[in-house]
Order: sequence, then structure tokens, then C-alpha cells
Amino acid sequence: MIKLEFYLVISTLMFFIGIFGFITRKSMIAVLISLELVLNAVEINFAAFNRFLFPHQLEGMFFALFGIAITAAETAVALAIIINAYRKLGNININDASKMRG
Amino acid sequence: MEYSILIVITPFLLFLFLGLVGGKLKPNVAGLIGTLGMGLCAVLAYTVAFQYFFNVGKIGESWSQIVPFNFVWLKFTDLLHIDLGVLLDPISVMMLVVITTVSLMVHIYSLGYMKGETGFQRYYALLSLFSFSMLGLVVATNIFQMYIFWELVGVSSYSLIGFYYQKPSAVAASKKAFIVTRFADLGFLIGILILSFYTKTFDFASLTANDAELVTTSFAGGTFMGLSLATWALALIFMGGAGKSAMFPLHIWLPDAMEGPTPVSALIHAATMVVAGVFLVARMFPVYFFAAPDVLTMIAYVGAFTALFAAVIAITQTDIKRVLAFSTISQIAYMMVALGVSEYGGHDGLGYMASMFHLFTHAFFKALLFLGAGSVIHAVHSNEMKDMGNLRKYMPITNITFAIACLAIAGIIPFSGFFSKDEILAAAYHNHPAIFWTLWFVAGLTAFYMWRLYYSIFWNGDKKYDGHHKPHESPWTMAVPLVILAVFSIFSGLIPFANFISSDNMPFYTHIDWKVASLSLVVAVTGIFVARMLYRKASTKPAEIAQKMGGLYTASLKKFYMDEVWGWVTKTVVFRYICEPIKWFDRHIIDGSMNGLAWVTQKSSTAIRGLQSGQVQFYTWFFVAGTLVIALLVLFL
Amino acid sequence: MNPIVNLILFSILGLAMLLLSVFAITTKSLLRSATYLLLVLICTAGIYLFLNYHFLAAVQVSVYAGGVVILFVFAIFLTTKKDEALLPHEKKRYLYAALMILFGTGVTFFMLWKSKFLFSNNTVVFGDEQLSMQLIGQTLMGTEKYQYLLPFEVLSVMLLACIIGGILIARKDKEL
Repeated sequence: MIKLEFYLVISTLMFFIGIFGFITRKSMIAVLISLELVLNAVEINFAAFNRFLFPHQLEGMFFALFGIAITAAETAVALAIIINAYRKLGNININDASKMRG
Repeated sequence: MEYSILIVITPFLLFLFLGLVGGKLKPNVAGLIGTLGMGLCAVLAYTVAFQYFFNVGKIGESWSQIVPFNFVWLKFTDLLHIDLGVLLDPISVMMLVVITTVSLMVHIYSLGYMKGETGFQRYYALLSLFSFSMLGLVVATNIFQMYIFWELVGVSSYSLIGFYYQKPSAVAASKKAFIVTRFADLGFLIGILILSFYTKTFDFASLTANDAELVTTSFAGGTFMGLSLATWALALIFMGGAGKSAMFPLHIWLPDAMEGPTPVSALIHAATMVVAGVFLVARMFPVYFFAAPDVLTMIAYVGAFTALFAAVIAITQTDIKRVLAFSTISQIAYMMVALGVSEYGGHDGLGYMASMFHLFTHAFFKALLFLGAGSVIHAVHSNEMKDMGNLRKYMPITNITFAIACLAIAGIIPFSGFFSKDEILAAAYHNHPAIFWTLWFVAGLTAFYMWRLYYSIFWNGDKKYDGHHKPHESPWTMAVPLVILAVFSIFSGLIPFANFISSDNMPFYTHIDWKVASLSLVVAVTGIFVARMLYRKASTKPAEIAQKMGGLYTASLKKFYMDEVWGWVTKTVVFRYICEPIKWFDRHIIDGSMNGLAWVTQKSSTAIRGLQSGQVQFYTWFFVAGTLVIALLVLFL
Repeated sequence: MNPIVNLILFSILGLAMLLLSVFAITTKSLLRSATYLLLVLICTAGIYLFLNYHFLAAVQVSVYAGGVVILFVFAIFLTTKKDEALLPHEKKRYLYAALMILFGTGVTFFMLWKSKFLFSNNTVVFGDEQLSMQLIGQTLMGTEKYQYLLPFEVLSVMLLACIIGGILIARKDKEL
């Protein structure tokens, strides 16, 4: 008897855990990992809503699918930026990257 | 007649050309270009006048209004729109002739007079601009176009009066002229707005059509402070005219404006700018007559007082240009009086015709007087009478032409001033005897002070001049305009003016009223003889008389302290009791609130600046918090 | 499958996922953090399996676990010096973050409770049968309503842009 709420509760907690990490972590990569958690939570929501509320359609699933693809792309770019920042700053401390210039 | 627009456009193009590339030309070339352009204008104006008066103007028995060119510029509603166009009717055609003639003479004269001045090219550019504004003013098809050019006249006269901008007195004079006329124009603008608000049109033709029916009907019933709104509107419009035409008490700018170069004085104060007010009232005459006869009466009294007032001051002035300035005020006031006492239609409209007639003749002899005075100043390098005398032996042409002009302004038959002044006096005689006798007395004063001026300059003992300061006759560029204007001054009075210009555009016949004419001749000749007695030979009699007059003499010499009165009004009343509180309000309340805003902004931004840390995690925190707050708001509101 | 067993399995999966998430964001070592992330993502794939979205689960594992996490690992190797201690933030920040996520969780649960998902009879019975690959393929490639060719193509262009952008950003600056 798995209800929709169970999924939602899990995703909510995961979402806020991700946000907590996003705010408190110092390394840029750790921040990015937290971001992955947030996005993951959202994708769970899409899939769960689709299955429970509109089981005969596929929008939610495809949204999750596209979301995964976009996340992958975003991660690639973000990591490229982080590597570049590391070259410039010598570390990946997010506090040191407070100015939007090289 | 479409080419009549060229009369207006040519000076403007000249202004652009001389103003933009004039500095690269040789002064003589620039002057010659300006003069030739103005000559072209004059030829065109004469052609237009000829065509209008002898070919196309007369339809049936009356003179028609022709609009050869009209361009709708700003369209507010179907009825209310500002046009730029050319309106040809007897008075505007006459003004075209007068303006282009005098302007051309001034252009030629300036070639000699201004020779070697720095800014010679600028001078010619400004002359062209002034001519352009004045020509645009007289051909205006609607009151708003007139207002636009009216202000242009103000601006260009400002820059001409302040031509010697290194001289503080010239700068002060130009500012005074601009501010005083601008102040009057405020009334003009308000008047225009009231008028157009009720009549829904700016167009002269619609305003004056059918005995100004539009104005009299559309204003029905509205009153303000006991006077009808139409009266207010037209009185305010007259205020603009009074400012430009130097009517008491707005005359104070004109004497100071003599700081400009003398040919400029001739152009501005003889023929063009100062008659703009007269022209305005004449243009709107049916409206004044039918919608607000009270205002016309007021104009008559203001004019009569100004005529007397200025003439009394002119008697005692020692600066020859100032004498001419006050005589201008006095003569313009004559024209105003003539309009004020005039009635409408046929022979009753004699005053209207006389006013335009006097405008016409006065333009020539006053321009001649100014240019003659300029010639004298050119010769002796001074404006003061005491530096002159006995000049008739050195400057024969100037002497003769100046005498002709003095005869004309004194109203001696058969010079032009006699005819026009006679018509004005006749018009006043039939309508307002009190005003007639005032004007009659002023005519005597005019003859006296003009001949005082003449004798002081050209006779008055046998003064000797030092070798290298020896006065000499002016060069031909200055002498030729004098002669031409002298011819005009003699003969322009012989034109049967009533055939061409009348209040209702219907020709009528005038005859010389010999009773009035003989009265004015007697007083003029008396004035001349008194002047001859006192000033022909150097004597102490004038000083003795001045001594006896005491206070009156001093008051007149000080121009009845009008400058001081205005100074007191502006400095003490306006500045202290109006401007100071406003300044305080501005400094403390307006600026204070602005500074307060700035202070609050600065403090709060200092406080907030910590938030703009560049720390993405701070931003995230606030972003999520904000999102949650909005979610709560959505939930509960 | 027995619903109770199902529920128990789901609960274990969910709890594990949350626990791993917490580990992922609290561990000092970045490499461990990435590993925990990998496990979370695999658990998420399990959740998708509970929802009967087999294809989505497969994508999750292959793209996320197979691609993204490997990227992370490489990036960590490239940027982290050995034994770099991750200096802890000041305590205040933890406090604020904790307050905020408590508040947020509260708000979200309140919204769940308020909305009619709860207590409504929404236990839709869905079978065990998978979505056919044919249907997914047609939906992804079709141009009808509820078909996704356009987003698919847009996404592919975006991926291309990301590839180029990633290369451009990450390459070493040359003397131009």
C-alpha cells in the first residue's frame, strides 16, 4: 500500500537535505553534489505524480527524462567551470569565487 | 503667389549659411552675401506687394485674405491645430515691404558701420535670423505661429542687443530686454490659451470672420473678477503686445536696448520688433472691437499716457540714442492710441488705417534717424550731445537727411509724418477729445525734442575738433541708405493709404481734416521755434530753464525713476517676499526631502550591501526563504 | 508481490536514500560524498522501479550513475589537493540553514496535509506490466499532441552547446 504521500515525503526531505548541503558546504563540487540531490528529488516528484494522478499519460515521466539529460549537461558545464576556477584560484572554495570576473 | 514663402525662407537659409560657415568667409564676403540675400527678399516682397495690390488682392470691392501656403504642423483636434503658413492681406503685405526695405537699408549701412568689428559674420547671421523671425511673424496665419515667431524675435533681438557681449552693460541690457518682453509674453501665452480654449481655433481668419462672431458667441457668459473672459483673454494678449511695443510700464527695456550696435537699434526699434505689438492688435482688431471694446479703450489710455510720458523724458535725455529711443516709445504709443480710438468699418475705422499708416511712415523716418545718429556716432565716437555740435560743416549728407527725418517726425507738411499723424489726431479728435489734446501736446513736445536733438548735433555754436579726431562724412555704404530712406520719408506720406488698408478691408476715402491739421501744424512749428531759440546757438538758457524746473527736470532726466520702481518691485517685493520664501522652501523642504531620500537610500544600501556579497550560498538562502514566504502567502491569502 | 512486503521494501529503500543523502552532504571527503551520491542515485532508480518506470530507472542508472558521477570523480581528482581539509563553516551558517530547512519542510508538509492528496483514495492500482519501449520511442519521436520530438531536438542542440561550452571553459588559456 504505497501511497503518493510516501514518495512526496521522501522527495521533500531529500530536497531540503540538498538545500542544506548547498548552503553549508564549502567546496564547489560538494555544492554541485547537493544540487544533484535537489534535482533528483524533483524528478522523483514528476514520476510519482505522473504515476498516481495521470497513469495513462507520460508527461511526468518524459519531464523527468529530459530533466536527467539537462542535469547531466549542466553538471558537465559546471564541472568545467569549477576546473577553470581551480586553475585561477588554486582551490575550489566557493567563498573565494565571490566576484564574477577572472 | 506661392513664391511669397521664399521671403520668409531666404533669411532663414541665410542665417543657417552665415551662422554655420560664415566664420570661414571673409567678413566682406559674408556681409555681401547677407545683403544680397536681403535684397532678394526685398525684391520678392515688392513683387508680392505689387501683385497683391494691383492684380490679385482685390476681389470685388474689398481686399481679400490670401493663404498661398499652409502646412498643418501640430494637429490636436480637427478644429484646433497649429499651422505654419503665409497669410497675405493688406497689412501683412505692407509689413513685408516695410521690414524688407528697412532691413535691406540696415544691411547695406552695416557694411560700412560695422567694418572691422570682430564677429562681423555673426552680426550678419543674427540680422538674417531677426529678419526671418519678423517676416514669419507678420505673415502668420494663426496666433500660435505668431507666438512662435514672436519668441524668435525676442531671442534674436536678445542676441543682437547683446552683440558686444564683452561689455557688461550690453549683456545687462540684452537680459533686461529679454526678461521684460518674456514676462509680457507670459500674458500673451495665457491669453492665447484662454482664447483658443473657448474658440477652439488659433486661426486668424476664423477668429475675425463675420465681425468676430466666433469669439463673441463662444465666450458667452464666462466672467472672472467682474470682467468677461473675452476681456481677460484679449487684455492678456495685449500685455504681450505692450511688452514688445514698450508700452508703459513695460517700456523700460527699450532705452537700455540702445547698447546694441546702432544699425540694430534702427532695425529693432524703428521698423520691426517694437511695432510687433501694434501689428498684433491690428491683426486681432475685429476681435478686440467686437468682443472686448473695454480693452480697446484701455489701449487708448495706456497709449496716450505712454506717448506723453516718453515725450517728457525724451526732452531731457543727453544720449542721442536715448532721445530716439524715447521718441520711438512715444510714436509707437501714437499707433496704439490710433487703434484704441478706432471703430470698425469704413470711415469710422480711420484710426486703424491711421495706425498702420503711421507705422509705415514712422518705420522710414525713424530708421533714418537712427542711421543718421549712427553716422554721427561713427564720426565723433560718442553718444553724448555735449561731444557734438557744429557738425553740419563736416557731414552735409547726414545733416540734410537728419533734418528731413526731423521734419517728418515733427509732422511738417508735406513730409510723411504729417499725413499719418494728422490721421491719428483726426481719429482721436472725433472719438476721445481728451486723448486728442494729449496727443496734440505730445506732437508739440515731439517737434521740440527732435529739433533740440538736431540743433544740438549739427549747430549749437562753432565747436572745433582736434586734428586726428576730425569728423568726416560717412562712407557711401552708410550714406546711400540715408538718402534712400530720406526719399521714403518725404514721399511715403503721399500714398493714398485708405485705398489699401482699412479695418474692414473695404477701401474708403480720406481727406485732410484742416482744422486738426492746422492745430497740429501750429504746435509743431511752435516746438521747432522754441528748440531753435534755445539750441541753435550755444547758450546757457537751457541750463537756466532746467534749473528753474528743478524736480521735474531731474525726474524726467532720471526717466521718472521707472527703472528704480521696477528695481524696487523686483528686488524688494518679489525677491524678498516671494523668492526668498520659495528659496527657503526649495532649499529646506524640496532639497531636504531629496537629501533625506538620498540619505535613506545611502544608509539602507550600506545596510543591504552586506547581502550583495557575491556569496552564492547567501543568495540561495534568501531565494529559498523568499520562495517559502511566497508559498505561504499563496496558501493563506 | 505482497503489498506489505512491498511497503517494507519501499520504506527501507526510502530510509536508505535519505540517510545516504545526509551522508553525502556531511562527509568531509569529497570522494566519499560522490560515492554516497552514486548510491542515492541508484536508490532513486529503485524508486522509479517501484513506480514501474523501468526505462526511467535504466536512464537514471546509466546517465547519472554511469556518467555524471564519473565526471564528478574526475573533477575531484583534478581539483583536490591531497589531504585538503574542508574547513568547516562558522556555526552560524549551519544554524541559519537548519532553521531554514526546518521551516521549509514544515511549510511543504503543511501543504501536503492541506492539499487533497492526503486522505484521498489515490492508491491507484497499476499493474506490473512495463511501458513498452515502442510506445516510449514513438512518443519521443512523434509530432502529435503529447509527443516530444521538438523538446528532444532542442535538448540535443543544448547538449551540443554544453559540449562546446564545456570544452571552451575548461581548456587551458593559450597565449592568443
